[in-house]
Amino acid sequence: MPIVPVTYLSSSTRVMSSWRTSRPVIDYSKCTRCSICWKFCPDVAIDLITDVSLGAPNDRFKALEAPSIDYDHCKGCGICATECPFDAIEMVREEI
Amino acid sequence: MPLTIPREELMLQGHTACAGCGATLSMRYVLKGAGEKSAVAIPACCWAVIPGEFPYTALKVPLIYTTFASAGASISGLREGLDAQGKEDYTVLAFAGDGGTADIGLQGLSAAMERGHNVLYVMYDNEAYMNTGIQRSGSTPYGAWTTTTPVGSKRDYKRENKKVVADLMIAQNVPYVATATIGFPEDLERKVAIAKSIKGPKFIQILSPCPPGWYYNSADTVKISKLAVETKVFPLYEYRDGKLKVYKPAKTLPVSEYLSLQGRFAHLREDEVEEVQKAVDERWESLLKKEQS
Ligand SMILES: Cc1ncc(C[n+]2csc(CCOP(=O)(O)OP(=O)(O)O)c2C)c(N)n1
Ligand code: SF4
Ligand code: SF4
Ligand SMILES: [Mg+2]
Repeated sequence: MPIVPVTYLSSSTRVMSSWRTSRPVIDYSKCTRCSICWKFCPDVAIDLITDVSLGAPNDRFKALEAPSIDYDHCKGCGICATECPFDAIEMVREEI
Repeated sequence: MPLTIPREELMLQGHTACAGCGATLSMRYVLKGAGEKSAVAIPACCWAVIPGEFPYTALKVPLIYTTFASAGASISGLREGLDAQGKEDYTVLAFAGDGGTADIGLQGLSAAMERGHNVLYVMYDNEAYMNTGIQRSGSTPYGAWTTTTPVGSKRDYKRENKKVVADLMIAQNVPYVATATIGFPEDLERKVAIAKSIKGPKFIQILSPCPPGWYYNSADTVKISKLAVETKVFPLYEYRDGKLKVYKPAKTLPVSEYLSLQGRFAHLREDEVEEVQKAVDERWESLLKKEQS
């Protein structure tokens, strides 16, 4: 076999936040943990975490996995904010 | 909430696609359906750039870059090589753009399907040559602006109809053919899982909206994908064992709802939008007829 370039570094080691002009901010008091934002993120930049200290529409939701934006990898496309059925995500302009 | 698609990510963050790239969602869902025992061949296209420059990769599965016309030939060779090593449990797939599929790679695709290799060819369809700056392809729809159909004073938009590669694959009687789009991830993932379970050649065409190429706000990628189905501009169907099954959306909308969100159609006059509507309706009727026959 001829020698061919073989990649060895995972793209997740690099930070993409400088690509962003606005950031999604989740209002957990509106978030029903439906995970729709996670499902539609093209940058795999929404993690699902369990954190009972986050706000929620009511206590019943607190035990469920909640979305958490990975700001190192989010490019600010805004799909999550458009797709959230509960209007729980707002796009906030980044200071440049 | 229970997740509706597999949790495991085989496409990673840190890739270099534009914000809101539909082709990236296509890859994410395809790999969720195909699983970690997959090997992918990618010809020249946006996805040859998206994983990142050397030494980066955004995929957790082996990936080989091929020349523009060679995706069909590459997956044929990959398959036979893996089988020779007894690795029949690997899913071999091509992930190629519409230019690389409808135009330059068409004979390679057709030949791979005809030879009957156990491969899945995925065409992510962003309806133009995006990587090189939005040139028209055979898969660009009628009416669209591209840099080679620049509209201008002569109204030189794309005057030819979209060449639908999925229909060509049905004509070739490929064992499993499907269309899908990223607004319906569960459906897409299911189709990939079905394809994986069938031994033989398979073809899936995924409509993948592209914010810079279609000229819309990156936040609307999923919305536009859903509208493509609800307006019947991009019907979802499956062909298996010689039978066609067409998905009928619960609500349908006029094509203007889809076209008006995209700058690439902004020049179309009302009568031209009517023409598009007529063509879409006719194609829908003919699909339904084929389903019944
Ligand atoms: C033989 C050959 N001709 C031209 C090119 C330049 N080229 C690279 S990517 C590309 C466009 C690919 O379009 P498509 O297959 O639709 O994928 P997209 O970029 O839209 O994702 C072109 C023309 C090439 N790499 N090889
Ligand atoms: S889509 Fe909205 S409600 Fe659902 S998990 Fe995301 S932020 Fe919460
Ligand atoms: S040009 Fe379009 S297809 Fe290519 S990376 Fe950007 S959004 Fe994705
Ligand atoms: Mg393309």
